[in-house]
Amino acid sequence: MSAATTATPAARGRVRRFAGPVRRVAGVVFSVLLTFLGLTCVTFVIGRVMPIDPVLAIVGDKASAETYAQVRAEIGLDLPIPVQYWRYLMKVLHGEFGTSVITSHPVLDDLLHVFPATLELSVLALIIGVVVGVPLGVFAATHRDRWQDQVIRFVSLLGYSMPVFWLGLVGLLLFYAKLGWVEGPGRLDVSYDDIVPTITGLITVDSLIAGEVEVFWNAFWHLVLPASLLGYLSLAYVARMTRSFMLAQLNQEYVLATLAKGLSPWRVVWVHALGNVWVQLVTVIALTFGSLLEGAVLTETVFAWPGLGLYMKNSLFNADLNAVLGGTILVGVVYIGLNMLSDLVYPLVDPRARDRW
Amino acid sequence: MSDTLLRVRNLSVTYPGDDGDFRAVRGVSFSLGRERLGIVGESGSGKSTTGRAIMRLIQHPGRIESDELSLGDTDLRSLSERGMRKLRGRRIAMVLQDPKYSLDPVMTVGRQIAETHRTHMASSKAAARAAALEMLEAVHIRDPERVYGMYPHQVSGGMGQRIMIAMMLIAGPELLIADEPTSALDVTVQSQVLSIMDQLVRERGMGLILISHNLHLVSAFCDRVLVMYAGQIMEVCDSGRLAEAQHPYTRGLLAALPELGQRRAELPQLQRDPAWLDDIAAPMETRA
Repeated sequence: MSAATTATPAARGRVRRFAGPVRRVAGVVFSVLLTFLGLTCVTFVIGRVMPIDPVLAIVGDKASAETYAQVRAEIGLDLPIPVQYWRYLMKVLHGEFGTSVITSHPVLDDLLHVFPATLELSVLALIIGVVVGVPLGVFAATHRDRWQDQVIRFVSLLGYSMPVFWLGLVGLLLFYAKLGWVEGPGRLDVSYDDIVPTITGLITVDSLIAGEVEVFWNAFWHLVLPASLLGYLSLAYVARMTRSFMLAQLNQEYVLATLAKGLSPWRVVWVHALGNVWVQLVTVIALTFGSLLEGAVLTETVFAWPGLGLYMKNSLFNADLNAVLGGTILVGVVYIGLNMLSDLVYPLVDPRARDRW
Repeated sequence: MSDTLLRVRNLSVTYPGDDGDFRAVRGVSFSLGRERLGIVGESGSGKSTTGRAIMRLIQHPGRIESDELSLGDTDLRSLSERGMRKLRGRRIAMVLQDPKYSLDPVMTVGRQIAETHRTHMASSKAAARAAALEMLEAVHIRDPERVYGMYPHQVSGGMGQRIMIAMMLIAGPELLIADEPTSALDVTVQSQVLSIMDQLVRERGMGLILISHNLHLVSAFCDRVLVMYAGQIMEVCDSGRLAEAQHPYTRGLLAALPELGQRRAELPQLQRDPAWLDDIAAPMETRA
């Protein structure tokens, strides 16, 4: 796993000696804090080495040297680096990412506004990726080197190697423009905007809460194509990993033992071997979810999806540094959260991990 | 040995390879009553493959060929895969080498034992559980209720192997194939596991094939010993008369055994003679 677990071998050692849930939680919190500190260091450094002058971005290139110096002092750029970092860290911890230049809203408000859109998209994509990808991977493994396996491997490879924006455009052309099966870009038709009060920010959920079934279906048909596209990308990865995990499991002695007991191959594969494959898949799925958030940048651009990806892209192209760094921290925090979550889910699928608690 | 349990005639297992076929088992013939038969041989002699071929558990692309392969009145060669499945666990079962790897690590041992029962007896959950608890007791596990809910990593090797035996015997098979059942265990628990297995096999009047590389163990435990080399049977003898074995390979194996209290600078190396293989090109018949 990534930083969150590798960062603290020392913490793990301690946990083992004073085994107990309290110690364990302390270890997790410690590793999360350490990772978070690393993350803010990175964003802070990026903020300083970017060839973008934040002062210039505020005052414009026609401002006098005096104004420039004044604004520079206002945003604290004349202070020593460690002090600047400390102030930056404190701000981040209070959720102050500054104001976005393009939207002129606090970055935090912007993020809270766009993140649910991305969440809605990537959760559905992940569901598609897992629900379709895992069975495909299992099927490929049990039909190793036969034509079924070849087809599945080809389809997964395609998902790996096709540029997202191209697939997105072709998908829109075919399913929206030509066939009319799905709705076009955006989250809703304009006529449905602002009907449903925002509660969770997930339009499909909010519309159901409000009882607006029509809005729900409109939102759903907007969601289907970009989510399927992202889902296809994660499916490709999930299926490949499932296939290789499954092949490894099928070579284990216990598979022979379950066959010798007289179980059907179906039960051997889908209950025994898959039960062990889940142990390894937990991490893969968590990381897939993280990469979906990143993959959303191109997808959201193609589909004009007002989510985190589109927001980050627009901020980046307009040198809106506060927004970019705020978004980066959000993605980083989500990653840390996912890592923590997979650590917590682990014992549910692996009894061996349960004993280490 | 009035009733013959298993009849094997001219059994071969072939794996196709890039440079020609590899014949792991070549023309093996033997029959088994309700007795304990040992199969010994070094690594790669085809002893495990023979055991798996009897259960038709040779992985693709391996091929099993034989002139006869029957369990009681059932011809195992003509049986469908479905019919074979009904028979595995129910009439022939197999204990594998290392319980660390041969039990599913993410399922409680109790459920794994009960699973065999449910598969073959179409029993309810409660009945299968009761049968599994009883079976755990039969393999001398003191606190079956507690052990039922344990996972394989939580039990010791000796207990794991007893659980494996319980899982394989719960549906009452007539024949048990034990493939190196004790070689992964500590010496101290080996005999304990063997005696439990022996007791159950006797009580139930089962046939047993004990596959091992350990000559001492096999000769002490079995009625007859079958010595294999390079996929073929070299010699069959009563275990009491192993010392009188004729074949140079068996003699070589015996000579290579260290003995307690006897100091030897070096154990004699086993000399293998390629002529042994030509020698018995024709399938060797063994007495029933």
